[in-house]
Amino acid sequence: MSVVVENIHKNYGAVHALNDVCFTAPKGEISGIIGPDGAGKTTLFRILTTLILADSGTALVDGFDVVKEYKKIRHLVGYMPGRFSLYQDLTVEENLKVFASVFNTTIEENEHLIRDIYQQIEPFKNRRAGALSGGMKQKLALSCALIHKPSVLFLDEPTTGVDPVSRKEFWDMLQRLKGEGITMLVSTPYMNEAALCDRISLIQSGKIFKTDTPENIVRDFSGILWAVCSNHMSKLLTDLRKHPAVNICYAFGDSHHVIVNDPQLQPAMLYAWLAEQGHEHIDVRPIEAGIEDCFIHLTSGKS
Amino acid sequence: MNDVIIADQLTKKFGSFTAVDHISFQVKQGEIFGFLGANGAGKTTAMRMLCGLSKPTSGTGLVAGFDIAHQQEQVKKSIGYMSQKFALYEDLKVWENIRLYAGIYGVPEKEIAPRTDEMLSSIDFLSEKNTLVKSLPLGWKQKLAFSISIFHRPQIVFLDEPTSGVDPVVRRQFWELIYQSADQGITVFVTTHYLDEAEYCHRVSIMVDGKIAALDTPAELKKQSGTGSIEDVFHQLTRGATRKAD
Repeated sequence: MSVVVENIHKNYGAVHALNDVCFTAPKGEISGIIGPDGAGKTTLFRILTTLILADSGTALVDGFDVVKEYKKIRHLVGYMPGRFSLYQDLTVEENLKVFASVFNTTIEENEHLIRDIYQQIEPFKNRRAGALSGGMKQKLALSCALIHKPSVLFLDEPTTGVDPVSRKEFWDMLQRLKGEGITMLVSTPYMNEAALCDRISLIQSGKIFKTDTPENIVRDFSGILWAVCSNHMSKLLTDLRKHPAVNICYAFGDSHHVIVNDPQLQPAMLYAWLAEQGHEHIDVRPIEAGIEDCFIHLTSGKS
Repeated sequence: MNDVIIADQLTKKFGSFTAVDHISFQVKQGEIFGFLGANGAGKTTAMRMLCGLSKPTSGTGLVAGFDIAHQQEQVKKSIGYMSQKFALYEDLKVWENIRLYAGIYGVPEKEIAPRTDEMLSSIDFLSEKNTLVKSLPLGWKQKLAFSISIFHRPQIVFLDEPTSGVDPVVRRQFWELIYQSADQGITVFVTTHYLDEAEYCHRVSIMVDGKIAALDTPAELKKQSGTGSIEDVFHQLTRGATRKAD
C-alpha cells in the first residue's frame, strides 16, 4: 500500500472537515477521491502532503508517518494544488528550474518523465506563467510536480474548469505516468473521470462512505433504476416526484432517472400513470446505473 | 415560435486572425441552446458579439430583434448574463446583490422589494436574505447568480460555463432552474465544459476553428456520428482542429 489513512479527524472550529476518514491507496494505481465542494478533499490532501496536521488519527505515505517523518515524505511526493500556485512572474522554464533545484535535481535528469507534457509547452518556455491559458498552466503545474520523480503524486481537482480536449489529454498523460510506476491520488468533481481511476473513494461531509473499483461500485447499486422521458420534461420531473413509489428523481440529460422504492411497480404501470397526468411520447426503460447514479443514491440518505 | 437570436455569416477578425468565421444559426424563444467548443475555438468571441460587447467585422446578428452592430444598448437591456468567473459581490448581502443588479438593469424602484422576496422564496432562499454572499456554498452562489441574471425578466439569458466546479447534485438543481426559466419562455444560451450537460439542451452547436462544425439536437448528433455520447461526437469533431489554444 502506498497510502494508508486511519481514523483521521480534522476540525475547523465547529466544522468537521474530516470525520474518521479511513482508506488505502495501492501502489502504482490511480485512486480517485470523488465528492462535492466542501466535502474535505483538499483538507485530506493537505494532511497527506504534510502541509497541515490532523487533530487525530494516523496516515502513512510510502510507509512514512505524516507527522514524525514529514521531511522524508516531502522528498517523495509531488503535489498539484487545486489553485494554480506557480510563480506567475517567472517564465515557464524558470518555474521548472526553480522546482528542480529545490529538489536538488535538474530538468535533464528526469526529462523522460515530463517529455510528453513539456514538449507541448516548450514553444512557450519564455512566456510568463501568468500569461498561459488554463490548459497550458495545468501542463506546467504537472511538469513541476513531476520534476523530482515523486513516488506518490497528489492531484487536487486538476481538471476543474479545463476544456474537454485538454482534459482528455491530461488523463492520457496520467495513464502514461501510471506506466512509470507512480502512485496517483486524484480528486475530481467530474463523474465520467471516476471511471478512469483504478479505484475510487466517495466522500461527503468529511466522511468517506465507500472505496472500491468503479466496476464494483456500479455493481453494488442496490436500487431499481429507470430512465423516463416524455414530451414535457420539466413537468415530468415535478410529476414523477409526486408518485408514491418514486424514491429519488433527478434530471439526467435527455431523460430523467428514477429510483423506485416499490418492487411491485412495473414500467407499464408508471407509463399509464404518466399518461393520466397528460404526458405524451412517454418512454420508461430499466437501465444500468453509472457512477453518477451511485453517487446520488448513496449521498441522498435514501439508499 | 419566434427566432430570438439570428446570426447570419457572423464574422470577427483580429488583424489577420479570423476568430469567428462566417457562423449562421437561429435560436427559438424558450429554447435551451448549448454552445460547445474547445478553448480557442471562438466561443467567447461569438458570445461577446451576441451580447453587444464586440462589433462584428462582417455579417449580421439580431438578438431580441435588435441589431448587434448598431443597437448594442437595446441588446444589453434585453439579455441577462451570468459567468462562473464573476457573478456576485462577495462582500454584499444576498438582498444587496439583488438590489444592485436590479438598479443597474432599471427595474422600477417600487417593484424591486416585492420581486426580491418572490424570487428568493421560489428558490427556497428567503431565510438567507441577509447573509453575506461570501459565506454561501459555491452551488448556492451559482443558483443565486442565475436567478439574479434573469431578475429583470430578459428575453434571453447567456450563461458562460455556469457550473464549473459544482458537484453533481447541485449541478442538477441548477439545470432544473434552467428548465423552469425555459418553460417561462426565457431563451437560454449556455456554454459548458461538461459534455454530459449538452444532453440537457434542446439543441447543441459545436465550434471548431471559428466555424460551426455541427448543430442539431443531441439525439440527432449522436445518431449521425454513430457514437454513444456527445463526448464522443465532440472528440470526433475536434480531433481535426488545427487551431491550438496557447
